[in-house]
Amino acid sequence: MSTPWVEKYRPKKLDEVSAQSNVIRVLSNQLKSANMPHLLFYGPPGTGKTSTILAMARELFGPQLMKSRVLELNASDERGISIVRDKVKNFARLSVTNPTPEDKENYPCPPYKLIILDEADSMTFDAQSALRRIMENYSHITRFCIICNYITRIIDPITSRCSKFRFSPLNSANSLATLKMISQSEELDIDDDSLTQILDISNGDLRKSINFLQTGHKLFGEDSIENIAGLIPQNLVQSLIETLQSKNLNKIYEFLYMLVLKSYNSATILTSLHSCLLLKNIYLNSEQKIEVSRILYETDSKLSSGSDEFIQMLNLFLQLSKIF
Amino acid sequence: MSLWADKYRPKTLDDLDYHGKISNMLSSLATSGDFPHLLFHGPSGAGKKTRILATLRQIYGPNIEKLKVDPKVFVTATKRKLEFNVVSSPNHLEITPSDMNNNDRVVIQDLLKEVAQTETIDFTHVADHKNRFKVVIINEAELLTRDAQAALRRTMEKYSANIRLVLVCNSISSIIEPIKSRTLLIRVAAPTDEEMGSVFEKVLRDQPEVAKSFPADETERQQIYSKIAKVTDHNLRTGLLLLEALYSYNPSITTKTPMIMPDWENVIKKLAIGIVTERTVSKLQQSRTDLYELISHSIPAKLILKKLTIEFWRLVDEDSKIKDKDTVKMDIVQQASIFDERLSLGSKDIFHLEGFITKVMVVLEKNVS
Repeated sequence: MSTPWVEKYRPKKLDEVSAQSNVIRVLSNQLKSANMPHLLFYGPPGTGKTSTILAMARELFGPQLMKSRVLELNASDERGISIVRDKVKNFARLSVTNPTPEDKENYPCPPYKLIILDEADSMTFDAQSALRRIMENYSHITRFCIICNYITRIIDPITSRCSKFRFSPLNSANSLATLKMISQSEELDIDDDSLTQILDISNGDLRKSINFLQTGHKLFGEDSIENIAGLIPQNLVQSLIETLQSKNLNKIYEFLYMLVLKSYNSATILTSLHSCLLLKNIYLNSEQKIEVSRILYETDSKLSSGSDEFIQMLNLFLQLSKIF
Repeated sequence: MSLWADKYRPKTLDDLDYHGKISNMLSSLATSGDFPHLLFHGPSGAGKKTRILATLRQIYGPNIEKLKVDPKVFVTATKRKLEFNVVSSPNHLEITPSDMNNNDRVVIQDLLKEVAQTETIDFTHVADHKNRFKVVIINEAELLTRDAQAALRRTMEKYSANIRLVLVCNSISSIIEPIKSRTLLIRVAAPTDEEMGSVFEKVLRDQPEVAKSFPADETERQQIYSKIAKVTDHNLRTGLLLLEALYSYNPSITTKTPMIMPDWENVIKKLAIGIVTERTVSKLQQSRTDLYELISHSIPAKLILKKLTIEFWRLVDEDSKIKDKDTVKMDIVQQASIFDERLSLGSKDIFHLEGFITKVMVVLEKNVS
């Protein structure tokens, strides 16, 4: 294995980015005029934010010039306030180099540099506020592209300086086409049904599905896709719900103990209960559903603050059994 | 003389006793040369680490067992020096985030990048270009802070030519989604009664001396095995330790031989019985001393709470004076869930434990005739 497929099949041009047609249209227009504002991309993981900006940078500067014109910082780099003050500022205030004649012929090569701050929601607020003036002061020679999952974690002064683009989860037709393309060029023996199943599991996260295709493709024959993905098999969820309906507390306790031993973790139990009880279920009325979602929410919040899984799941199951 | 748990630890994938499916999967990954990042999860003592080491052995050969400990020094953002040990072999290294407290982000950023940016030059495998990567095992991955996990994201993609990560954790609930989407999840379930039994059986067969002190009848032996499985929560490592302890404490072992329980569990049991039978302020004061005793012996408060809850559950079932058992149990568990959350948010454990006990007393008082 050399490169992960996610990198190997990362789009090289803007048009190749799957879906996100609105964003791409706007950006291609900007590409023509070679002028662009600061950008802020936000949206769930695996929707093509990083791919889009990398492809765009490539089309703007060409592979050669890109090295000197683009600075990419992500969460794996130290990004405290000192880095913003030193590294980012120093890069931002460098004047732009002249492109070689070849580059100039083939690419627009606009007279500014590009700083990509990937995964910006893990930057501290202090570091973000240090960015504010830098963005304005050097706007004649530097553009920023800020990428994040949660726009609420970016401070207002930054968002107001950027034009915002929302990346929505990919629809399945588009992702299916991409997966098919990959499996063809990798010569995988895989049918459409399995591909659709992979997409279902990854919930519109294209990177997840590509990664899953790569890591799991050798094992698909040996085991069910649900199992490889670490999901709870449907029949187990069904028997869980039946056990809850029986209202026999000791039986519920035993069932939970079994789940814990089999190492099905609570996060996946929560998601499968959610999809089974709220999205698919027909035999609960609206009031019951409201109650179910309240209980699921409470358990999730308690779990994310790091409390013990066994107790929380036991509480969840007991509370749910009260509703049926 | 080494402990049975170490002595009988399988070394290769073929030696593994159970979860044949996982072993096949791992061995096909190891031989293919297309080795993804892995995330092992499962209860402790299920055999996660054994499987990882066996897989690595299949990739690199016995070299993997030549372990050495390197002290490494890191400088944090605040210019504080941070020292900790990295266990490494020529082909892999192992880190445990709990060694480095809140500075794990720095370590992850520095150490992994350092490893990832150096390519392995290995003259012994000139012909074999397949596995030119180093493996980094991160133990207790659920203890990595969010920042550290975020720092892993790009490193995993960018340097994947040189580095493979193997994360080990008990539960993947606190692993962030981007990491999960970059790894292949491998669920190692705890062994069942029969699987544990067959491992114990194998150990005894290997030592005829020891086997003499166990009952000759097979079903009786099985009963002992399932008893061990039950008290150890299907943890194979403690199971083997317990088996060894039973053997060295008792000249001969029958189905009636009591299991050796840790002292603190007995203390918690007594505490729970006291609380259920006597619900008064003076009892509350007494329990405070017990709780302090437990905490000062560094039993984690969360474990105390969990054990107490389980004990209460059992006691409520047994107590004939309590009416409406289901409601009582539900209320107790609900209170446990509330106080468990408070334990993780708050900092003074004793308050929350006492609060929980008081609430349980109130619940019981309402329902006792």
